[in-house]
Amino acid sequence: MKAVGASVPRKDGIGKATGAARYADDLVFPGMLHGRTIRSAVPRGQIKSIKLDFDTAGFTIVDYRDVPAKNAVDLMSHDQPFLAESEIRHMAEPILLLAHEDKEKLHAATVIIDYEEQEPLFDPEKSTVSFKDIDIVKGDVASALSSADVVVEGEYRTGHQEHVYIEPNGVVAVPEEGGVAIYGSVQCPFYVIKALRCLLGSAHPNVRVIQTETGGGFGGKEEYPSMIAGHAVLLAIKSGRPVKIIYDRAEDMVATTKRHPSIVRHRTGLTKDGKLVAMDIEVILDGGAYVTLSPTVLSRGCIHAAGPYNCDNVRIQGRAVFTNTPPNGAFRGFGAPQTEFAVEVHMDRIAETLGIDPVELRRINALKPGDRTATDQTLREDASAHMVLEEAIRRTDYNRKREEWKGTNKAIGLSLFFHGAGFTGAGERNLKSKARLDLTPTGVRIAVGSTEIGQGTRTMHAQIVTDALGIPYESVEVAQPDTSRVADSGPTVASRTCMVVGKILEECAIEMKEKLRGMSPGEYYDNYGPISVERMYEPPDWIQWNDDTYLGDAYATYGWGCDVVELELDRDTYEVKPIRITAVQEFGRPIHPALAQGQIEGGTAQGLGYALLERVVMKNGAMANSQLTNYVIPTTLDMPEVDVVMMENPYPGGPFGAKGLGELPMDGPAPAVVNALRGLGLDLREIPATPELLSTTPAI
Amino acid sequence: MQFNLNGSDVETDAHPMSRLLDVLREDLELTGTKEGCGEGECGACTVLIDGEPVCSCLIPVSQVQGAEVVTIEGLGGKHPLQQLFMNEVGAQCGICTPGMIMAALTLPDNPTLDDVKTALAGNLCRCTGYSAIYRAVLKWKEAQ
Repeated sequence: MKAVGASVPRKDGIGKATGAARYADDLVFPGMLHGRTIRSAVPRGQIKSIKLDFDTAGFTIVDYRDVPAKNAVDLMSHDQPFLAESEIRHMAEPILLLAHEDKEKLHAATVIIDYEEQEPLFDPEKSTVSFKDIDIVKGDVASALSSADVVVEGEYRTGHQEHVYIEPNGVVAVPEEGGVAIYGSVQCPFYVIKALRCLLGSAHPNVRVIQTETGGGFGGKEEYPSMIAGHAVLLAIKSGRPVKIIYDRAEDMVATTKRHPSIVRHRTGLTKDGKLVAMDIEVILDGGAYVTLSPTVLSRGCIHAAGPYNCDNVRIQGRAVFTNTPPNGAFRGFGAPQTEFAVEVHMDRIAETLGIDPVELRRINALKPGDRTATDQTLREDASAHMVLEEAIRRTDYNRKREEWKGTNKAIGLSLFFHGAGFTGAGERNLKSKARLDLTPTGVRIAVGSTEIGQGTRTMHAQIVTDALGIPYESVEVAQPDTSRVADSGPTVASRTCMVVGKILEECAIEMKEKLRGMSPGEYYDNYGPISVERMYEPPDWIQWNDDTYLGDAYATYGWGCDVVELELDRDTYEVKPIRITAVQEFGRPIHPALAQGQIEGGTAQGLGYALLERVVMKNGAMANSQLTNYVIPTTLDMPEVDVVMMENPYPGGPFGAKGLGELPMDGPAPAVVNALRGLGLDLREIPATPELLSTTPAI
Repeated sequence: MQFNLNGSDVETDAHPMSRLLDVLREDLELTGTKEGCGEGECGACTVLIDGEPVCSCLIPVSQVQGAEVVTIEGLGGKHPLQQLFMNEVGAQCGICTPGMIMAALTLPDNPTLDDVKTALAGNLCRCTGYSAIYRAVLKWKEAQ
């Protein structure tokens, strides 16, 4: 029996259901201290003085002067310090680190910091500092707009979104023979090791990062763990003892990254029968106080900003700007949920203006194989916008419901969306990801840095190797990611773990099969001893990308989706009750159908939370509702029925035809909800659609 | 302080106001019970106290004096619901899973989907959107 395509038992084993799985906070080491981060209490200013207002006996205290090499988190830029020296740029800037073996004493310690405060900047539109500018030009927008029959304009806004992985950020740094080991809840162990090498320099060459079981990531443990790992390592080096830092929920919410708030403006020209002729789009992302990953978030956001539509004249201008708020960063979808929200709500407004059915407008304009995207990429046969749209309409009986529910409190709305899989443009080529297979006495072991964060990495990788090598699924093991022992397969992000890393593993397995010359792994091992196969990723040779013009093949392939939301509005309280969401998604081919369905159901839930519930309230540059009491994510009672339809259209460059999937489901729910609310007469152009916002939303 | 933990009597000299969660995880080294928020909102730390699901982060240990406490470890790893959570992919990252299972144990026989939703309304999951959890719980109940 083939493993690929079957919902085989997960490689996680039973540990997650028995409590035996070990997460960062479950680890205890002899002599271990607990660490705490002292943060700024002003959004902008200079540190004037720091006073330790406690008995320091038994404490390890670290500030920027304890940094062995470079006080900068090594990411896209070196602008963010591990510990502030004098300048404060946001409310949660780390300044001082304390460690003590007694948690109560640690948390009772008081540090008094005086600041010279400066006027903070919170409005991204007033920011004059841009982390990245993008200008995509296809055709001639100005002349196409001037000759268009109709021009529709609109501005759309989205707020912050907090990841709310149920396990907060946490690491333990453990001094060991000749170096330091970091055990942590991380998505990208090789990002962390790179940051630690920059922080520690040649004085501490022997560091390694080991991923513990990780209680959710969603992008929130992509870049932030470099910061907390650096802090724990500084304390461990100074004290010579293991140091554990686990954030509580409030600290995690206030200090760590969130989804970038966005403002997107559209100016769209059409013929009177609904053909798009010009799309002029402006994208502004609030990057927060440091660069982090904002340039690439902006990049993905801009590339998806014209939606899955065919238009000859497109201009997309984007900027990610500085504000005095905690830095925003990676979050499932990575800029695309913001810009696809805008374009999909805009499409329904266009349909209204033209008096065309919104489905018909999408039929006229949705991308087909052979069409060219906003970056002038010619789509191949694996483009499925029309297929998912038609299936969603049919399955939900959309037209009948839309007609019958007119004048009631019920409504139905949809969104059509796509999501590029893997790193943008030349990203995968530059990344040079590697994967390795080691022969064991009983089979093979997968040795990659790609992390299991709930999505099923171990299982799905093992399925691919099983079928490519032709051995039993049970004889494939998966190594725990440890940067000193596994191949650097690149970060666990960008819907690339199956499509890209899975592909390298498939090639490793094929090469391993040749080496075994018909023998079983056990026979070969007994006769010739252990062998390994390591291979590097080769993106398709046809990919052409120009990083200056932002034109070319932005992604090797795309996943496609159509979400249909049915909901009911209480006209007195403005409470929205989703009744059902139908998620029709094409992502090549599911390797493990149950896991894939779980990705769609879970991503759809996050999308509904983004649409309706999850509002980050910023006061004086900090999250004011940093509790799960007042930052609300969907519970069982908030979630409607989720009807998942998985359609297939294999991508020849993926393992067994698979594309990326993880982020796709995040793009669709919010615009589908807002489009349904339009059906109830509410001219909403912003999320989250809380009752407070809806009660002041103008009628159409 | 004395209480019954997973069928055995235990004694602790923890401060009476210590959180039950900390006593379980740190003093008694049962780390299957997880902390997600520390304020009774997420349910990751759910244990049974005299058969009732309770957030152990909100309970001072003095309150369980003489009571019967059951944690995920008390199921011995052999409960059919545990296997179903893995088979049905009701566990993705797994951090909410022990608490979710403890809360589900209190469901009555022949529950409807609404009964399951109500029983689990105090347990947050950010990975699954809950559907796979319902599938696991309903399969377990149907098999009973």
